[in-house]
Parts: sequence; C-alpha cells; structure tokens
Amino acid sequence: MSTLASVTVLIPTLLRPYIDGRSEISMSVPVDGDVSALLDGLGAGRPLLDQRIREETGALRRYVNIYIDGEDVRRLDGLGTPVPSGATVMIIQSVAGG
Amino acid sequence: MSAAGTTLLAIGTKKGLWLASSTDRETWTVSEPKFLMEEIPSVGIDTRGGRTRLFAGRMSWHFGPCIAHSDDLGETWAEPQEGSIRFGADDGAALERIWQIQPDAENRPGVVWAGCQPISVWKSTDSGETFELNRGLWDHPHRSEWGAGFGGAAAHTVLPSPADDTVHVAMSTGGVYRSDDGGSSWQPRNHGISAYFLPDPAPEFGQCVHKVARDAVDPDRLFAQNHHGVYTSHDRGDSWQSIADGLPADFGFVMLTHPHRSRTAWVIPLKADGERIPPDGHLMVHRTDDAGGTWQASDSGLPRAEYNAVLRDAACVDTAEVPGVYFGTRGGTVYASADEGRTFREVASHLPDVLSVRAAVVPA
Repeated sequence: MSTLASVTVLIPTLLRPYIDGRSEISMSVPVDGDVSALLDGLGAGRPLLDQRIREETGALRRYVNIYIDGEDVRRLDGLGTPVPSGATVMIIQSVAGG
Repeated sequence: MSAAGTTLLAIGTKKGLWLASSTDRETWTVSEPKFLMEEIPSVGIDTRGGRTRLFAGRMSWHFGPCIAHSDDLGETWAEPQEGSIRFGADDGAALERIWQIQPDAENRPGVVWAGCQPISVWKSTDSGETFELNRGLWDHPHRSEWGAGFGGAAAHTVLPSPADDTVHVAMSTGGVYRSDDGGSSWQPRNHGISAYFLPDPAPEFGQCVHKVARDAVDPDRLFAQNHHGVYTSHDRGDSWQSIADGLPADFGFVMLTHPHRSRTAWVIPLKADGERIPPDGHLMVHRTDDAGGTWQASDSGLPRAEYNAVLRDAACVDTAEVPGVYFGTRGGTVYASADEGRTFREVASHLPDVLSVRAAVVPA
C-alpha cells in the first residue's frame, strides 16, 4: 500500500516567478498528511516561495488563503487540515489592499 | 560642477519604487515603477568601494516583507535565497516591515544596517547579501515595554558613527538607544526629550522619537525630531536640548543634516500631533546653520497650499559638494533642491504616498 498521495497545487500568478513560472504542480505528499506537510514539500528548495506563503513562525500569512477542494482551510483545521489523495489545493491571495 | 556625474533619486512609495535621474539636479527623468503594488518603506544607495548597490525594503500586503538589491541601477534585482532578514524559529516573531537600510561608514565597506518592525536591528557584513539579528537589542530587558506608534513598533533609525564603534538607534516608541561597543549592548539616551503623552513626561525611555540625524563633522552631535519637540545633543545623546524656538511648530517627522558641514540641519514641520499638515497648509523647509540657534524658512518652488505630510524617511540629502535636498509628500509629489534647500523643483507628482527617498551621485 502506497504511503504517498498525489495532489495538485494551483499557484497564483504573483507567486509563479518563485516556482519556475508554473501555474500548477503535481506533488506527492504523505497519506494522511496535512497542509503544513504539503507546504513543507512545496517549499523544499524554494525558500522564497515558502516565505511568501508562511511567516517565520510557521503561520499562514494573513492575506494568503488555501483551499482544499474548494474549502478554506481556515474554516477547517488551519494548517493541520488533512490533505486527501487526489485533492486540488488552491493557494490564492485574499481580498486586501487600498 | 557641484554634482559631477548622475544623481540618482530612489523614491519608495506605498505602491512601488520609482527611480529618477538627473545630470544637473534640475531636469529629471523618472522611470517606470518597479515592484508595482508593493510598499517600499525603505530604500538605500550604497556607493562605497566604487560600486553602486541599490536596496529596496519591499512589503507585499499579501506575501510579506523582503529586502532586495540591484547592482545595475535598478534594471534587475536580487533577493538572497537564504540568510536575509528573517527571524529564527525560536524568536517567536515574524518580520513585518523594513523601515531603514543604512550603509555604514566608508571604513566599514561591507557593513549594512537595517532597522525593522517589530523593533529590531539587523547587520550585514557582506554588503547586504545576508543579515544577522542584533541580539543585544532584541534581548534588551526594556523590549517588552517598548510600544507601537501609529505606523507600528519599529526601529526606524540606525546611525553608526564613522568615528568609532558608537551606534545610535531610534525607535517609535522607545526613544533613542546608544551602543558604545558596535551593537553588543545598548543603553537608553533620552535625557531631556519629552514624552508628554506618558504619565511621567521625562522617562528613561518610552519617547516617540521620529527621526535622528548625526552631524557629519562632529559625530558626537545629534539632531532629533520628536513627537512634538526638536532637539540637539552635543554629547552623543547623553543630554538633549530643545532647539524648537524659531520654528512654526515642533511636530514633524523629518530630520536631515548636512553631509559635509557641521551644525546645519533641515526639518519640515507639521502643525501638531492632532493636525498633521504643514502649518496653515503652507509647506516650508526650515534650515539651521548654527545647530538650532536660529532657523531660516524656505518655500521657494513649493506650492502655496499643501495639506499632505512628509514622512520620516521621505526626505534625504545627497553627498554632492553642494548637497541636494529631497523630499516627497503623502500626496505623491517629490521635490528636489540643488542649492541646499533654498529653492525646490518638482521631480514627480501624482505618485502614491511617498514613504522613502534616498539620493546619491553615481558614476555616469
């Protein structure tokens, strides 16, 4: 039985320069892993991308949202939300600015 | 010629960075914006060692702050992958904004300082490629008592002395601190500076000092624009004396000193804490040549009616023999003077709020 699950991560336009211009990436993440583990994998070797999604404390930046199959992780368990196999994970900037 | 070469003026705004250049400091060419939609609360121009390196303290409301540098006058920018201004996992803090980027003296060519929010000072010894948190200030026993001004709790001024290992830091709110050992330890130096907004108006620390500048010839002399109050110190900050007499108001954010001559400084007063506009809506630059004994006002080339404030780092001088004076308003207009602040010309207008400006003569 595989210990890895495949997920698709959608990258917002403003963050694509930090991931070779890609709009989406397929990733293998641990089965029963959570959003933190997914971000660890996404940010491995891409520190500038990771820094734009999470603060040094590990917290999700206030105006960055993450949706798993359309559900806002802040309405679930935050970065502890499980990421199921086959999920589509959307990273998107929230409505902010003046 | 008073400014041989090209004068570069970096203009950081609430929504991007503009670069203006001029060969005569009268006619300016203004670039397209860089980092559009990012706040640029700090800029730096390091011309030491025959190289021009630009710095930009960037702040994306969505994706956070970072520092970038450019070695080709802003055409391309680099951001180190590792070792930049970032707290460690054990520090329990996240960088919010870079308020100050200050290249050190000529005799310390690789050293660059940064002042940040939350209140912290950072030092680079490799020309700004990587930075290290100053633990002496971060672990200071006063830190839990430092507060936040309206713009956030920040170390907004870092002033290394060219003479020795003295470094001054100013923070809002907290006041002036001095290190005599290159930043290992820090002591408050606010005697004489009022904190009228506190129950004790003369505390050891807690003042809301808006900007401090060092005399270029006499490094023991400092000038400070306070949250109400304009001061000078002749003894490295051990004591401060009011020099507000002769000014139309003692509130403001700007304090500049002459790059070559002692006892000359400029301020741009605002009416009051509760009325943050030029007095009577009349924008004027005030200059002293006798360390605050007397002041001369200049409004030549400035609009008769102006209701926008000038923020603490939205003003600077260049280092030409006859120095230029520059400032920008929260209304997005930038002015330059090629004659030490006697007359001004408009460099740009209708930009976003100007947060930071720095100017330097760079090789043509």
